Formats: sequence, structure tokens, C-alpha cells
Amino acid sequence: MEQRPDPDELLKHAQAEEQAAKRGKLKIFLGYAAGVGKTYAMLEAAHQRKTQGIDVVIGYVETHKRADTDELVEGLNVLPRKQVEYHGVALPEMDVDEVIKRRPKIVLVDEFAHTNAPGSRHPKRYLDVEEILDAGIDVYTTLNVQHLESLNDVVAQVTGVIVRETVPDRVLDEASEIEVIDLPPDELMTRLKEGKVYIPEQASRAIDKFFRKGNLTALREMSLRRAAERVDNQMRSYMQTRAISGPWAAGERLLVCISPSPLAEKLIRTTRRLADELNAEWYAIYVEIASKPETKPANRERIGRTLQLAEELGAKTLTIAGRSIQEAVLDFSHKNNITKVVVGKPLKPRWQEIWNGSIVDQLIYASGDIDVYVISARTDLSKSIVPTEWQLHRPYGRYLLGLLLVAISTSIGLFIRGNLEPANLVMLYLASTVIAAVFLGRGPSLLTAIAGVLAFDYFLIPPYLTFAVSDTQYIITFVALFVVSLVVSSLTARVREQAEAAIQREKQTAALYDLSKDLTSAADLLQVANIIISQIGNAFGRDVAIFLPDNQQLQIFASSPNYQPDEHELAVAAWAYQHNQPAGRGTDTLPAAALRCHPLKTSNGIVGVLGVRSKDQTNFLSSEQRLTLAAFANQSALAIERASLSEQARQAEILRATESLQTALLNSISHDLRTPLVSITGALSSLDEDIGTLDEATRRALIENARGEADRLNRLVGNLLNMTRIESGAIKLRLESEDIQDVIGTALEQLGSRVANRKIQVNVPAGFPLVPMDFTLIAQVLVNVLENAVKYSPADSVIEVSAELLDEKIRIKISDRGAGIPSEDLTRIFDKFYRVQRPENVSGTGLGLSISKGIVEVHHGTIHASVREGGGTIITIELPLNNMG
Amino acid sequence: METGQRVLVVDDETSIRRYLRAALTAQGLTVYEASDGQEALNAVLAHRPDLIILDLGLPDIDGIEVTRRLREWSQTPIIILSVREAEQDKIAALDAGADDYLTKPFGTGELMARMRVVMRRQITSANEPIFTTGGLILDFSHRLVRVNEKEIQLTPTEYDILRLLVTHAGKVLTHRQLLRQIWGEGYDDMHILRVNISNLRAKLEPDPARPTYIHTEAGVGYRLRIDDRDSK
Repeated sequence: MEQRPDPDELLKHAQAEEQAAKRGKLKIFLGYAAGVGKTYAMLEAAHQRKTQGIDVVIGYVETHKRADTDELVEGLNVLPRKQVEYHGVALPEMDVDEVIKRRPKIVLVDEFAHTNAPGSRHPKRYLDVEEILDAGIDVYTTLNVQHLESLNDVVAQVTGVIVRETVPDRVLDEASEIEVIDLPPDELMTRLKEGKVYIPEQASRAIDKFFRKGNLTALREMSLRRAAERVDNQMRSYMQTRAISGPWAAGERLLVCISPSPLAEKLIRTTRRLADELNAEWYAIYVEIASKPETKPANRERIGRTLQLAEELGAKTLTIAGRSIQEAVLDFSHKNNITKVVVGKPLKPRWQEIWNGSIVDQLIYASGDIDVYVISARTDLSKSIVPTEWQLHRPYGRYLLGLLLVAISTSIGLFIRGNLEPANLVMLYLASTVIAAVFLGRGPSLLTAIAGVLAFDYFLIPPYLTFAVSDTQYIITFVALFVVSLVVSSLTARVREQAEAAIQREKQTAALYDLSKDLTSAADLLQVANIIISQIGNAFGRDVAIFLPDNQQLQIFASSPNYQPDEHELAVAAWAYQHNQPAGRGTDTLPAAALRCHPLKTSNGIVGVLGVRSKDQTNFLSSEQRLTLAAFANQSALAIERASLSEQARQAEILRATESLQTALLNSISHDLRTPLVSITGALSSLDEDIGTLDEATRRALIENARGEADRLNRLVGNLLNMTRIESGAIKLRLESEDIQDVIGTALEQLGSRVANRKIQVNVPAGFPLVPMDFTLIAQVLVNVLENAVKYSPADSVIEVSAELLDEKIRIKISDRGAGIPSEDLTRIFDKFYRVQRPENVSGTGLGLSISKGIVEVHHGTIHASVREGGGTIITIELPLNNMG
Repeated sequence: METGQRVLVVDDETSIRRYLRAALTAQGLTVYEASDGQEALNAVLAHRPDLIILDLGLPDIDGIEVTRRLREWSQTPIIILSVREAEQDKIAALDAGADDYLTKPFGTGELMARMRVVMRRQITSANEPIFTTGGLILDFSHRLVRVNEKEIQLTPTEYDILRLLVTHAGKVLTHRQLLRQIWGEGYDDMHILRVNISNLRAKLEPDPARPTYIHTEAGVGYRLRIDDRDSK
């Protein structure tokens, strides 16, 4: 049968190739020990490239002042290093930004596994290198085999030297080229004796131990084998994509189950090697027993670290909850087609195992067709590392309560023992035990049971007041009482603990549900942000900040009350935004920061960054919480995207409205702007060209008319400016407590000659309170409304202005005896450029009332027009009294 | 204004300088011109003007800053002419030391009246023991206030406010200037000022809704209106 390539595999391959095309290429010069000549080989390769005309620079190379290496550095462009200040000492580090800014084709970076000075952007140099690769720059680097994560403990076993600077194995797999720098161990030892190998001072003691021929040979073998393995992998990958049938294992899946024990790391490394050999997918899980969740922070943290290590080594990790380890593991394995399970050899003493049952035994017994690998661990190690914390039980009170229950039962028993069979009296103790089990927990209930049995025997079974038992049948009663209390107490305890665990999970699910529910009701971006902040803050007990881009620059958009991210935290968020990766606490990038930043991603890209910060610095998120947080982040990202899209739509709407305003201005205003200019120009030209024919009265009339028109033009321009300010939302209220009478007086004065000959009645009750408002703007409103009243009413009619105090607002009424407004126009008169059609020509722009409405609305007030009884119009303005907030 | 007094006009618009030169020269005044802030500062040193008419929107230094710098060494009266009508700008200019503020466009008569006010000596009990405007009479020596021959009883604070307004009669006093002078430095409660002004008006003004004596400069402060005997 024809073999077809698996489409998924093809897709994966295509994606990986696409990624690789954009990414820079990594070449690793792999050696097995210091002194084999990696740096030298790297520099030589660099010179070769340079002679081919390729742009090669040195990002960071340590020559250790060796003449031959120094010579090779000459002639290559060396980029400046960054000095990182740490405890007053300046430590030189590679300047990643400098490299990316310089954009060479190839950059040389020595010592791939180097740990950066604290306070650097990444804790490890290989992460710096990844950033450079992401920027599309090729990197040459050097690495010794003992720095590979999965070989770490093997190296430690072989050489007795624990290597702390490690890199995850995947970087080796992802390297596009590996050059093994090999040198026979004898030759290396000769070089060492000649002092040609650089040894850091603090390591000189370990050197003799390390540079033994046996060690070197083992390391050499490891490096050669690791390189060969990689070639093998590439071959297989090649064959897979081209559907060449091969001898690879069909879908092996491994599962390693970890505990808080420090030995878990060894389990992880072993499983990784095993998985590599089998070319299998692998999972690392931690089973949380619902009835006894891990509460010690140290252990929780160790579990988190171990799972993180597993993730770095390529495992899929998760925490699952279950009633027992073996049940959870087997259940998971069946669901996920796990073929092999790896567990650690138990460290408990034999007797405990017999007593509690061995997890390993039970696992093997129930595993069916799943293979179980049991990995051993050195016990001396475990003893020294795991300090068994001797915890006293706090609630003595509960035990005392248990005893009190027994005492009560006994007193009741003593009171009625003559009337009842002792077998019935035992029910009293049974009741006490059940009550203790339900309310006091397991320990107190056991005590209650034992004390109950003793008291029952001593006080209620003849012969009284001795422990002697006359009738052997009571022995059964004792045993039954004891067993019942045991069973009941463990059952209730388990139910309670499971309920607590369920409540915890329920709380998070409910929070997530609440979040999505609240988010759908949010109207704008700020509301969305505040909902996210309060919901995540409540669910995780953390300070939350949301960062959103503004003109390509990430800004703090909103944060929890009492928390303002500082510049450093903003930089962390900016990194997360630029690289679309988590950064800050608990991640690989800037882990020293207090803030943990999650990019907010949607299918359309990254919309912002979510930052969470523990209120006290010690509290880590469990991996389960991290998953929940990720779910929250997803929800948040969608909501923010939705809100910012509608915000954009709103902005576009405003823009359109502004445009239509501008068009309307041009059409409607050009007339109003030109009319006064006609009078002014006419008057001026008449006076200019006068040859003595104009009499004094005509001249005066011309001048006065021109001046009046100029005033009108000025008011029109003022109105247009005000309109534009209101439209663009640029009005800033200056709220002060103002005297309404003063405002009315000022408005009348501003109207000046326009109201000079009109009767205007002002009625403000004595003792009227001061009202919060922007004096100038409300005066403007009154000017506009009064101007209309004057314009549209007979010259001899009275205009009334009154103010009255209502519950939480004031009402100002301007009433005229004019022609009145047709009822269908009552609301439309507040629209822009709307003018009630009148036979007689009254000048105006139709802006006054619209501006007034805008001003009143920014005061959170209302303005409306109504028909006045007996003819005329009333304009009613209401302003709230509590505007000051 | 007396004939021959020197006025410095600072404005970057040539047309406005030309108009002011014509209008002021016609009044018998000597006019100097400057088109930006630096030139203005130099011109004040060179010509020692009796009055400065200053635009706010200058190309180099903002008019408010020019005012501030001038006030470091000169007490020459300054009238601000500006298109900026926001009250913050007016307050800033007045607090920086300007004597008055006029929004463009303005009439020549209005400008001349303001110029006369700022050029007048400060009214004190020494040079004018009894101050009169319209029907309002303030007798400094007897602490007496009369309106239309009727004696008015004022509280000490109301009297202090009125006296301060009279001392600067015709000039605008910002809310801040009033608060500082009457209640002392650091006092910012606008509320109390408004209540006192309202009470003062109720006692002085024939129609408090349309005050004749104490005029409100919207959002800026108050001004005691005076009979402009020299105008027209």
C-alpha cells in the first residue's frame, strides 16, 4: 500500500520551516570540556565567513587572554558590552539591544549556557540568543555537553561535579548546525598541564576531580552520542515528511508522575531520556489528592519548579485532582493512550508501606497493558534534602470538645442507666462520635470513640466503676463502636475535603463565568478594563494592571486601586507586548520583576498586556492557577478587542459627524458669514469713496451699521468656536459654587444693547443657595436663550427669568410672549443649524440653542422647550445640585 | 491720559499695530512698537514707556511670561490685548501682574477707558478721602457708605471688600487677589467670597440682578464700575 504523509505532520513541518526561514540560524560549537578549542574554532569559522564578505561581529567572546585566541579576535568587529550593576560590582554582559540594532548577518556569542548577572533582561544567555535569532540574525555559539539539561544528573553521577548552568535540550534540537569540537582526552590533559586551558579560580579545586581521563572519556562519549542522536532525529524527521517508512516506534506515550520530593527532578530527566530514545511524546503530571491537598508553600513551589523543568525538557505538564494517585494516574493514562508510566521508587519505610499500601504495588497491580517503570533514587540524598517538618496539631480545643461530648453522654447515661439496656446506652456514644466526626474532624472523633468505649465500660457496664467486663458480648459493642467511628470520621473528613476542593474550583469557574458575563455588559474600554481588574484581582487576590498600546507605545491603561506600576514594570509589559510572550515573575524573561505579564492575544493579534502582581512577594501561582489565569487573559483579550473596535467605530462616527458638521458649516454659514461682511465692506467703501455727497447723518448710519454687523460677526465666530469645542469634547468644566443671580446679571450685561430697551423680569428667591456650575458657560447658555427670546417676541412684551429650588436640582425658566414654537419643532430647535421656519427674516445661525444644550449636558443637566399658556415659549433648564461630586 | 505720554504697543500683527498707532497718536500719545517678546523687553528698557499694551500670542515668548519678567523690575502698567477668551488665560495674565485685560476685538473707546483707569493713581484715603461713583459714596475716614444719600450698614468683611474694590476702582481684581487681600494668604474658599459679594450687592445695588456698581468678570473676578468722566 502506498504510504501517504500524515497531513498534520506535513503542516507542522511547514510551519516549522516557515518559522525557521524568518528566524536566524543557530550554529553550536559543541565540546565535551573546557579547553577543547570551541572558541578558537568559532573564531576561525567567523574569519572564514568574513573573507566570503559576510558581515560577522562579536557579540560576546571571552579569550581569557590567550594569545592565539586574542589574535583571532583582531580584525573582527567587537560590539560594546553592557555593564550590569550588581551589589556595587559592574558585571560585563552581552548587549542584546546593541546586537539587534547593529543587525549583522552573524553574531558570535561565547558560552551559551552562561547565567546572566541578576537584573539582566533574561536570566540565561541562551534566552538572549533566542531573542537575537527571533530578530533574524544568525548566531554562532559554544557549548559544553555537560550543560545540557537532560545530561545534568548523569554528568553529576559520572564526574561528581554538579553543573548549575544548564540549557534546555530543545535548543540543541533547534540548532540548524552543530559542530562537534573533538580533542582526544590525552591531548586535552597535556594542554591542561601546559596551562593552555583557562580555569576560573574558584573552580580550580574541582579541576583535579573533573579532568580525569575517565571523566573526560565519558563526557566525550556523551557529546559524540548527543550529536549523533540529533543527526538521527533529523534523518527521521526527513523520512517522516517524505512518507518513507522507518523503524520508529508507533505512538509511544510516556507519563511521569511527580511528587513534591526533590527526587522528582531526576525522574523528569530520566523520563526525558527515555522519551528521546523511544521518540515518544511525554507527559509530566502531579496528582493532587483531594482529601489531603499539599499546603506547605515550599512543597507547592517545588512542584511548580519541577513541572516547569519538565516543560523546558519538552513535556506536556498538568496537575490533576483525584482521590488517589494510582487511580488518577491510570485514569489519565487510559484517556490519553499512555503506554508507559514512570514512577519513583518509594522512600517510605517498609512498615509504612505495608500499613498504608504501596502506591507502586497498586499501580502495577491495576496497570493492565501499561508498562510501569520504577526509578530508584539514592535515599541518603533524600534524607538530607527533605526536612521532615514536625508539625504540632493546632486545634487542641477540638479534642477537648470531643471529651466534653463523652462527658455529656456519660452524665445522660448515668441518669438513665437504670431504665434502659446498656446496648441502647451505647447509642449515646455513637451519636457523640458521629457528631465529632462531622464537626471536629478525624483525630478528635477517634479520641471521642476511644474515650466513649472506656467511659461506657467504666460507668455503664456492670460491674460499674471498673474496666472489668462481666459479659463478653460487650466486646462486640466496643469493637463495633470503634469501627463505626473510624469509618464515619474518615468518610465525613473526605467528603468535607473534597467539597472544599470543589468549592475552590467552583469559585474559579464562577469567577470566569462572572467575568464573561460582566464583560458583555460593559459599555466602553475603561469599564471593560475595570471589570477585568476587579474580577482577576478577586479571583487571585492580586494587584492587576492592564497595559494597552497607544500610538505603538505601550501605556498603563488601568490598574488596581492603590497600585501604580512603576517604570520597570512597564518595561516588562513592553517586552511581553513586543515579543508576544509572557514576561516577568515566574517566566524566563525578567523574572526578578514583581509583576507577571501576559500578552493579551486574539486571533487578530496582540491587543495589550495583562499584569498581575502578588500582594506579598512570596506567593507563587500554582500551575492550575496559571491555567485559570490564562483563561481569564483570553476572555479579557477578546473583551478588550471588542471594546477597542467599538471605540474605533465610535471615533469614526465622531469623525463622520465632524465632517458632516463641516459640510453643513460651509453650506449654511457661508451665507451668515458673508452678510455682515457685505455691510461692513459697503460702509467702508462708501466712506472711502465719498466725494462730499454724504451728509453727516448718512455717514453715522453707515458707521453704526458696520459696527453692529462687526459685532454680529464676532458673536457668530464665537458661537462656531464654542460649537466646535463642544463637538470635540474639548470643553473643560470649571465647576464652582456660583450665585445664580450673578450669572443672570452677567448674561444680561453681555447682551448689552440687544436687551437695552426690553423689559426683563428677574425673579430669584431670597436666600437661594449657590449652585455648582461653570459660570462662563452657563452665562453663555442664558445669553443664547435670552437672545432668542428677545429676537422672537414683540418689543413691548415682558421676558421673565426665574429660578426655583427643587429637591436635588435647580430650575431656571425663561419665558417669553413670542410667536411660540410649533409643537413638532419643540425638540428639534436644539439640533444644529435648525431654525424654525418663519415668514419674516430673523437672522441667526441656528447654533445658539444647540450650544446651550451641549453645555447643559456636560453639566449633567437638561434643557427643553415648551409651549407657554396664553402664547409664547418657555425654555426650562435644570441643573443638578450635587455636581461637585 | 495726558498728551505726550509714551505707550509701547506689542503685537506681532502689523495691521493691529498700525490701527493702534493711528488711534493712539490721534489722542496725542507717543507710540512705540515691538513685534515680539524680546523686542518688547528691550523697548521697555530703551524708551521707558508710561504704559504697555501687550498681546499674549507672541512668536517667541508668551505674553504672560513677558509680563512676569517685566514685573521683576518694572511697575509700568500693562494692558493685555488678546484673542484668547478662556478665563484661565485672563486669570494667569492678571495674576502674573497685568493691570487689565481686553479681549479682541474691542472698540477704541473701551481701550481708552481702560488705559485711563490703569494710569490713574491708586485711590487711597490720603489722596481721595471721599470716593464717589454714581450714587455710591465711600467715606474712608468715617468708614461710611452711602447709596443715594442713604447710609448703608456693612459688616467689616463687606466693608473691606468694597474698600479694596474702590482702591482699585475700574480695575479687575481676580478672585484670588480678593481672597488673599481680605482673608489672607492661602485662603481659597470661593464660596465665602461669593456669599459676601451677593450680600454686598443686595445692600448696595438698586437692582441686584442687574448690578450697576460691582461688576462680575465672568470666571475671573470683580470690578468696581466708575463714571468715566474723561470719556466721550
